[in-house]
Amino acid sequence: MSEQPTGFDDLAQFKQTFFEECGELLGDLEIMLMDLQGNPENATTDDLNAIFRAVHSIKGGAGAFGFTQLVTFAHTFETLLDGMREGNVPVTLGCVEELIRATDILCDLVNAAKENANLPDNHGAEITAALVALTASGAGAGAFKNNLDANEDPKIEASDEDEITVFDVWFKPAAHLFSNGSDPIMIFNELQTLGQVEITPDVSGLPALHSLESEESFLAWALKVTTNRGQVSVEEAFEFVEDDCGLVINAATSPDFPLQIRDIAVAAPVNSVVTPPPATPLPSATAPGPQTPAAKSPSAPTATSIRVDLDRVDQLVNMVGELVITQSMLNQLTNVEEGGVQTSNPDMVKGLEQLNMHTRELQESVMAIRMQPVKSVFSRMPRLVRELAAKLSKKVTLVTSGEETEVDKTVIEQLADPLMHMIRNSLDHGIEGPAERREAGKPELATVNLSAEHRSGRILIEVSDDGLGINRERVFEKATEKGLVPTDIKLSDNEIDNLIFLPGFSTAETVSDVSGRGVGMDVVRRNINNLGGRITVNSTPGRGSRFTMSLPLTLAVLEGMVVAVGVEKFVLPLTSIIETIRPNAEHVHTLVGQGEVLSVRGDYVPVVYLSRVFAIPDAAEKAAGGLVVLVDLANGRRIGIVVDELLGQQQVVIKSLEPNSPHISGISAATILGNGMVALILDIDGLQSLPQHDMSRKKMTGENGGRGQTRASQTETGKVEQCQSVGIEKEVRRIMEDQANLGVSIPSQYGQKPEQAAAE
Amino acid sequence: MGRKILAVDDSKTMRDMVAFTLKGAGFDVLIAEDGQHALSVLGGDMVDCIITDINMPNLDGIGLIKALRSNPAHRATPILVLTTESDQTKKSEGRNAGATGWIVKPFSPDKLLATVNKVC
Repeated sequence: MSEQPTGFDDLAQFKQTFFEECGELLGDLEIMLMDLQGNPENATTDDLNAIFRAVHSIKGGAGAFGFTQLVTFAHTFETLLDGMREGNVPVTLGCVEELIRATDILCDLVNAAKENANLPDNHGAEITAALVALTASGAGAGAFKNNLDANEDPKIEASDEDEITVFDVWFKPAAHLFSNGSDPIMIFNELQTLGQVEITPDVSGLPALHSLESEESFLAWALKVTTNRGQVSVEEAFEFVEDDCGLVINAATSPDFPLQIRDIAVAAPVNSVVTPPPATPLPSATAPGPQTPAAKSPSAPTATSIRVDLDRVDQLVNMVGELVITQSMLNQLTNVEEGGVQTSNPDMVKGLEQLNMHTRELQESVMAIRMQPVKSVFSRMPRLVRELAAKLSKKVTLVTSGEETEVDKTVIEQLADPLMHMIRNSLDHGIEGPAERREAGKPELATVNLSAEHRSGRILIEVSDDGLGINRERVFEKATEKGLVPTDIKLSDNEIDNLIFLPGFSTAETVSDVSGRGVGMDVVRRNINNLGGRITVNSTPGRGSRFTMSLPLTLAVLEGMVVAVGVEKFVLPLTSIIETIRPNAEHVHTLVGQGEVLSVRGDYVPVVYLSRVFAIPDAAEKAAGGLVVLVDLANGRRIGIVVDELLGQQQVVIKSLEPNSPHISGISAATILGNGMVALILDIDGLQSLPQHDMSRKKMTGENGGRGQTRASQTETGKVEQCQSVGIEKEVRRIMEDQANLGVSIPSQYGQKPEQAAAE
Repeated sequence: MGRKILAVDDSKTMRDMVAFTLKGAGFDVLIAEDGQHALSVLGGDMVDCIITDINMPNLDGIGLIKALRSNPAHRATPILVLTTESDQTKKSEGRNAGATGWIVKPFSPDKLLATVNKVC
């Protein structure tokens, strides 16, 4: 058989698959071992087999990529596991704990391999020794084979190379040879690749026809193999059958004349040498070969899951987003109440309803593609807790729940860092040492709970501990010391707790190497906010703290409240909205230097006029008697946003402004409403800091000649000199144009506004 | 050409590598994630060779080989087991169950193809 062209020496492309798989396997391993730790005496063979397989798979892949350190360790690890599943090594708590430690080392080695880093040779040497000792304790030292016999190709001795030798081979297969799918002809073919082969069958063992068993082998062969590849190569040809045959291989003398071995090997097809062809009385044994008729049915299903490039999924999500917009446009066109045309065609109405339903289902299905259980992030945490607890000499157990809760992949990816940070924080600052806990009458073993659940279309993740809780005095002191809050300010307990989210805040007396490296909870909050999420903390001194994160399930759509301000429409993220109020004049106060505030049940809330921030004419100018939407800011404060009208709650598809414009303060993204109109999604946290131009009072008469085109400057309300709306307007128009270029039809309503406004 | 091979391994990395190498050499490749899956992938179809891992959930390699050998359609199909050890016990365990031969992991693409060519 001649060599097949391979050309695939480079297996690097599978490395990523391997590391992804390792990540999954290590996570599974961790969880399985944790379970086992709970009740080691009830371990089933299935459990142990599953654990064994995980380590075994890592070893297998590692071998393929030549990660020898990883292979060696995995082998030691696996040998112990093998002993355990065979029942030679008893499954004890101590033993399981060694396995958990071994998993950590395995994880280090995988990470080192991933980053192409080298760990010292003695990395994990203690664990290795412990594993070896445990294995040896089971079935006697003899059971342990540490000599990794991975090199399956015994090196041909140099002296054998190039020297042409004739081997006399006597080969008598056992009667059951064919039952293993072995075929002498394949062996002869193999020998053909080594050199010249003369084959002489020995039919002396052939019984009379009536006693011939059709599926047994009765022949023997004498072979003369002339090759320069050494005896080992010849033996290798019989590698698979050597235990099931009589085999004698003798090196004869060198031939009288040098042979062009390679030429012969190629030139002599096997059948021309074999005389006569082996009378194999089993057609089915020879059938699978090159001659096999290709009359097979098309291939069966190959796998139950596929891996798809994330870009493709994103593209799909995007397309479905467009479809949703188109669908709601159609809906509005036929909605008489919203100025659409009356349709009397019942089939049309029915069709639109179905379209509506299917579109939503399609959208949900597409979103579901990106959903993954949070398990992948949660499974990294036990190790973190274990390592930290050891480092800090604290006793901590991590209890997780809701690992199967699904959330968008993007959210998951960005969840790991904040979560790790919070758990570090909890262990470092929250949880006391065992002695201190004993004194406080608590169990020495502290508990950190990590849970996830779906709640009203969002995912809620909680990290809680039964530690000290937040030391409010210390926090307040620190915050004033660092000038983060004025010393004379009165803050509620909850407000003090939330000070830990302020940038630059860190209560650790000294910077420990566990947490408090200058990045603090402010980074956590920023990360969570960037995901459209929110984080709060509740703490009971002496009893512990509870951090609650609420995150959107997906970053592709947003549940929003569409509001109107003048002719503009904005979307407020529904999760930020607390309530909507219509304040009376006595509720609105003006504070010097702070603008207007609204008194809401004894609390003063700053008022933000969208009309002033974005210079929108013909909008409500007074909070009193108007409509104010009370929203939560990420820092726990609240603001009241004055709007003209609430148009309704709607799921909107988020369209990033990024490719079209730089970041605009107060705006996080845009969306296209059902009528095709572009609405901007407000960045609530960015709003407060924006300057508000009071259009009712500041009637400036500055140089506006050059801005005759902008709507704001032409309206009765004022010739606003310098206003953000100029920028916003331009950006929005540009986005609209881009959308139009992409074939998304946008009714002319928006584009006509300047003219309409001018006409007024 | 056009020889059809079924590769069975619970490790995606292994499946991918085996399939990639074999496909590159012109084989038709079917893949399965464990023994049970392999049997359903095969159905009544014949293949020219089966390469299987030993340690797998649901139905392991040894169980798969036994099941195949008891089926007339696969009684003589060459079966190679993937083992990590050149450990003789593992090889003879496979051999006793009815395997034709073995491939020791890790293997190079060339080694894989050479071994496959040894049996089919």
